[in-house]
Amino acid sequence: MRSLLARIESGPIVIADGATGSLLIEHGLGPGAAPESLNLTRPGVLGEIAARYVEAGAEIVHTNTFGASPLKLAGHGLDAQTEEINHAAVLAVREAVETPVLRAACDATGDIYISGSVGPTGGTLVPYGDTEPDEVREGYERQISALVAAGVDALTIETMIDLAEAKLAVRAARNVSDSIPIMATMTFDILPRGVYTIMGNDVRTSVEELLDAGANVVGSNCGNGTESMVTIAEAFRAVTDAPLLFQPNAGLPRIEAGATVFDETPEQMAARASQFADLGVAVLGGCCGTTPDHIRALRDTLHP
Amino acid sequence: MSILETIASHLERGEHDEVRALTETALAESIDAATVLDEGLIAGMQVVGEQFRKHEIFLPDVLMAAKAMNAGLEILEPHLSAADIKSQGKIVIGTVKGDLHDIGKNLVGIMLAGAGFDVIDLGKDVPPERFVDAAAESDANVIGMSALLTTTMPSMKTVVDLVKSRGLDGSVRTVIGGAPVTEEYANEIGADGYSFDAANAVECVKRLVEG
Repeated sequence: MRSLLARIESGPIVIADGATGSLLIEHGLGPGAAPESLNLTRPGVLGEIAARYVEAGAEIVHTNTFGASPLKLAGHGLDAQTEEINHAAVLAVREAVETPVLRAACDATGDIYISGSVGPTGGTLVPYGDTEPDEVREGYERQISALVAAGVDALTIETMIDLAEAKLAVRAARNVSDSIPIMATMTFDILPRGVYTIMGNDVRTSVEELLDAGANVVGSNCGNGTESMVTIAEAFRAVTDAPLLFQPNAGLPRIEAGATVFDETPEQMAARASQFADLGVAVLGGCCGTTPDHIRALRDTLHP
Repeated sequence: MSILETIASHLERGEHDEVRALTETALAESIDAATVLDEGLIAGMQVVGEQFRKHEIFLPDVLMAAKAMNAGLEILEPHLSAADIKSQGKIVIGTVKGDLHDIGKNLVGIMLAGAGFDVIDLGKDVPPERFVDAAAESDANVIGMSALLTTTMPSMKTVVDLVKSRGLDGSVRTVIGGAPVTEEYANEIGADGYSFDAANAVECVKRLVEG
């Protein structure tokens, strides 16, 4: 199997999967429960979700480990099970994408890459908060060691709002493996003065420092629908030639009769897909509110 | 610039050592503690809230200003009780069940304490019953709930319903906030108030307490 970076290099644009959380809720994840608790109790659900995304055309599927750093798991009393939770997530997806039926389907698209999802710890680093950087780095190393030992093909450090924390995660990943492809994406707001994270990190500084810390692919996910994400992608392309990854939401969440709804349809998302391709974006996937139908629409537009 | 204006401007820059020292100086100069609070600390924090709302500053600046406000409050607190300042009211606050995000909730707590409210902070991941039990036990006027996740917001409705089913809706008002929370959602679930940021939360709670 070629490395993900070689696949990116050869083009065309790589399609990643969409949201996991909303599908987990469909499968009965209760409000407030740790999504990662399902890795131990119902791994079959994770395999099913991964299979649906691969069938829809995703070449990268993410593990259900966004909140599986020990710092984050501690909030649910699950930190002692960090290794098991991360390991089970990779195993569930690996088993699903290696079934004969899916392999046959994949031969059309090529290799399927499993990327370990790594999200924020939920703490605020000193001096603004009381979380110590060493604690964060050690936590990420523990999670990422488990993901790498379980055989992920890449890592996606995502939804970061603080560049300092994002760099701790990227460096931790590089410490664990000097060869694994690392993708690092942050969540930005488009403000009158430019594109910034809520912690005040701009695009240029974020790109430079994430690459310097050891990331291979940089970009943005969450916080924006597809239209705004095109604007953010333009801001990235203006400052770097590095491979870029974007995973927009299906619009912004709205509450309707007590349920969260996202308004952007697969067709609306696909209609803007070529704008990412024109910018030479390496990987395009979906974040909150996107479904296998959104990913299928991206595939039909980008890889007809 | 008066010493109170100087306190405010150091607070705006998040300089907690200066705020602490100048708060002590102001008290030593026999300026009334309540005046230091209003015209120094709260005045500074209001500027910070306004700048954040207009995207002129970022979250780290707000967090540093909140730290500075806390530093000043620690100095003022013993003097405020000595001066027998009448409490504005009592409020129970917390981040709702399943939600571990407390930056916004903490800012609201600091601002409310600064505005003279007795704040009972239940922390994060607070079960609905706990909000209502705490409010009933402490005779609180208001329950304030925060959520960052759309998936945990329904817990706010559970609290609002509990307040009603226990017959507390005459005495305990509810107010909600957090990034995904909207005024429409507050109306939908029957909460008494919604606020879009920490400074606005203080105004909203004042309105609710005054009835």
